[in-house]
Amino acid sequence: MSGVRVLVGTRKGAFILTSDERRKDWEVSGPHFGGWEMFHLKGSPADPNRIYASQASDWFGQTMHRSDDGGQTWQTVGNEFGYQGEIGTHQWYDGTPHPWEFKRVWHLEPSLTDPDTVYAGVEDAALFKSTDAGLTWTELSGLRTHSTGNRWQPGAGGMCLHSIILDPANPDRIYVAISAAGAFRSDDGGATWTPVNKGLRSEYIPDQDAEVGHCVHNIAMHPSRPETLFMQKHWDVMRTDNAGDLWHEVSGNLPSDFGFPIEVHAHEPETVYVVPIKSDSEHFPPDGKLRVYRSRTGGNEWEALTNGLPQSDCYVNVLRDAMSIDSLDSCGVYFGTTGGQVYASADSGDTWAPIVRDLPAVMSVEVQTLR
Amino acid sequence: MIRVILPPHLRTLARTGKEVELDLDSDAPVTPGAVLDALEGMYPTLRGTIRDHQTKQRRPMVRFFVCERDISHDSPDTPLPDVIASGREPFWILGAISGGQA
Repeated sequence: MSGVRVLVGTRKGAFILTSDERRKDWEVSGPHFGGWEMFHLKGSPADPNRIYASQASDWFGQTMHRSDDGGQTWQTVGNEFGYQGEIGTHQWYDGTPHPWEFKRVWHLEPSLTDPDTVYAGVEDAALFKSTDAGLTWTELSGLRTHSTGNRWQPGAGGMCLHSIILDPANPDRIYVAISAAGAFRSDDGGATWTPVNKGLRSEYIPDQDAEVGHCVHNIAMHPSRPETLFMQKHWDVMRTDNAGDLWHEVSGNLPSDFGFPIEVHAHEPETVYVVPIKSDSEHFPPDGKLRVYRSRTGGNEWEALTNGLPQSDCYVNVLRDAMSIDSLDSCGVYFGTTGGQVYASADSGDTWAPIVRDLPAVMSVEVQTLR
Repeated sequence: MIRVILPPHLRTLARTGKEVELDLDSDAPVTPGAVLDALEGMYPTLRGTIRDHQTKQRRPMVRFFVCERDISHDSPDTPLPDVIASGREPFWILGAISGGQA
């Protein structure tokens, strides 16, 4: 029987929520790693029993974990993330040079085909790869040492590499996004990188054609159209149809085009989801209404999805990795809030219900479709 | 035999109790660095959580106490008192009461 497993990272531990294909009744497991900040958990598409988890602490640094049995048991794996070669500097908030310093792993992206291969996006921004199931990590240093690297600056949340997309049609093509450097593409398996930020406009950058410096919050792709990407930028929802060579804005009628996550429907490549947030200084939904917005036209025309979501006095945020979709026949959409709720829709967003209401602040939500 | 007291989060990570016992090389001086080498040898999951993998620098919000004294800023090669070396008093590792988010 098919079903789903929802991996939830929170500020005080990880939770695993499971259900069958109806997605009405849920079993909640956790907290795993109680008391620890769990930045991100993600399962291998090639082996759903293989799950990787990033655990971070302001006191004790970064630790990494792996499960080989769908999250029932965990083993600690390698946590040594050493930058390769000359460390160099990026720009600090005040514009002065600042040496790269590893702080934490923001995002894990398991290989589409090999359960032992996984990528890690880290702060300060760099991309690492493990081919031994997380035991050891090697930096793909061509990204950090790109000629623009010394001009990258941290966003408010730090200089983090938070988005990694592996092209299912081309194993040599990888996209990443960094706050606040922008989006980058590699066409040689991560050895060399090209900034792909043309068409992005950021109010805080005087040079409107700046190659880097854009605060990209999240990017998403439908696997059937790997040249089309959707982006939630600091402000603006953007789209490219040529692998990032040129972006155009598709914010359309959104009540605010500020936000963090963006996702694409599992079966409809032109159906896109965002969660508008009021502004960069007020990180909560406009008008106290928690609304997911769905476009069925690839952007520009958006409809509010509200059925089952709080429509008054709601002031939570939804972080960039805290939204995900399943690929069951009726596509499920999931998101977690900084207020500790995880909401699920089993009908592409038409209706919603909370799976849990009172977890610690949710940092990440990833869904595994089990068949 | 050296006794080491771990902070709660590291007990969880190492899957052990509050206090662990370590056997150090009897010929070498008992120093904070030697205690941490032995601790990480017995519990590899603690590598990188107390001090940096490469530089061996103590993480900023971790503190070491012996005989009610904060020795966090002492050299890791400073010999520890006999009461620590003999196991009569423990070597404390603490997470500072500071920083972080609720």
